[in-house]
Amino acid sequence: MRETPNLSYIKELSDGDTVFEQKFIGILKKEFPEEVRTYVNYIENDQPRSAAEIVHKLKHKFNILSLSNSYAFAVAYEEKLRAGDTQSDRSFRMLLDMIQNFLNTL
Amino acid sequence: MNSIIIDDEAAARAIVAQRCSKIPDLDVIEEFDNAIDAIKFLNQQDIDVVFLDIHMPGFSGVDFVQTLKNPPSIVLTTSDTDFAIAAYEYEAIIDYLVKPITAERFEKCIQKVKNSLAKQSRAIPEESATTDTGDDLYINIDRRLIKLKFSEIMVIEAKGDYIDIKTENEDYRVHTTLKKIKDKLPEKLFLQIHRSYIINFTKIVDIEDNSVLIEKSVIPISRSNRPELMRRLNLL
Repeated sequence: MRETPNLSYIKELSDGDTVFEQKFIGILKKEFPEEVRTYVNYIENDQPRSAAEIVHKLKHKFNILSLSNSYAFAVAYEEKLRAGDTQSDRSFRMLLDMIQNFLNTL
Repeated sequence: MNSIIIDDEAAARAIVAQRCSKIPDLDVIEEFDNAIDAIKFLNQQDIDVVFLDIHMPGFSGVDFVQTLKNPPSIVLTTSDTDFAIAAYEYEAIIDYLVKPITAERFEKCIQKVKNSLAKQSRAIPEESATTDTGDDLYINIDRRLIKLKFSEIMVIEAKGDYIDIKTENEDYRVHTTLKKIKDKLPEKLFLQIHRSYIINFTKIVDIEDNSVLIEKSVIPISRSNRPELMRRLNLL
C-alpha cells in the first residue's frame, strides 16, 4: 500500500506551538527543493557518491513526514549510490515529487 | 546547561532546538551548519553539551571530535544507527540520537548528560579548584588550572551556572557559583555588593548612590549590601 506524507511528527514536535510549526514547515519548504535540485544535479553530472550524500539528508525528511517505507527505500538507494548504482533514480524521484506536492499544499 | 547544535541540515537543527526548549535548564547558545565554525566558537566559549550531526560533508562529526583537545559532552545525532557504533569510541560522546529525535528519547539523553556532568564534577572536586597559598586562586577552565592573583581580580559577576571573573589583563568564565568563590576570597579584599557581584574593594574608583565604578565598569550596589560597603569605607 502506498504511504502518504503527514504532519504527525511535526505536530508532536510543535506541541501546540503554531508559530514553531509554521516556521518548521517553512524550513522544510525551503530546504527540501534545494536538496532535490542538488541531488538532480549530481545525478545528471554522473556523481552518484555525491548524490548519496544528499539522499542521506533527504531521507531524514522522509522520516519527519512519517514516510517509513520511503525511508527504507532511501536507505537502500543511498547504499547503491555509494556503489555507483543509479538505477533507482526514477523511483526515488517519484518519491521526491510526491513530497514536493505535499509540501506545496501546506 | 549551555549547548550548541551542529548540523548541516536546517530542519535537523530546528528539531534539536525545539526539543531543547522543552528542557527547563538547557539553553541553546548557538547553532552551526558546519563543524569548523563550531570549533572556532568552542575556542572562545565553554559549553556543557554539543549536539553534533555525525554525517556532514567535508568535515564530519568524527573529525570534529578528534580535533578538540578538551571536548565538552557530546551527543551525536544521526540518521543511521550504524554510525552510532562510533559513539563509544570517544570518551566525550555521552549518547547518540537517531533522527528524527523523539521527545522521550531526548529526555533520556539529557538525563545521561546530566549524570555525566555530575560525575565529572565529582572527579574534579571543585569546578573552580583552589589551592590556598595565601594570595592566589586557581580556576579550572577546560581542565586547565589557571592561577589568578587576588590583587589582579577586579570584579566577579554571576552568570547563571557560571561566573565571569574580570581581571586586570583578562576575563574568565568559570563553571561555579558566586557563593563558592566568595568562600575562597579574602574578606579584607573582596566584598559582595549585589547578589550578582563581588568586587575587589581596593579597585574602587568612585561610588555613587547605587553604583560603584571599577575601572570602566559600573557595578550596582544592592540596598541590603550598601551598609556593609559604607562601613568599610575609610570616610573622611
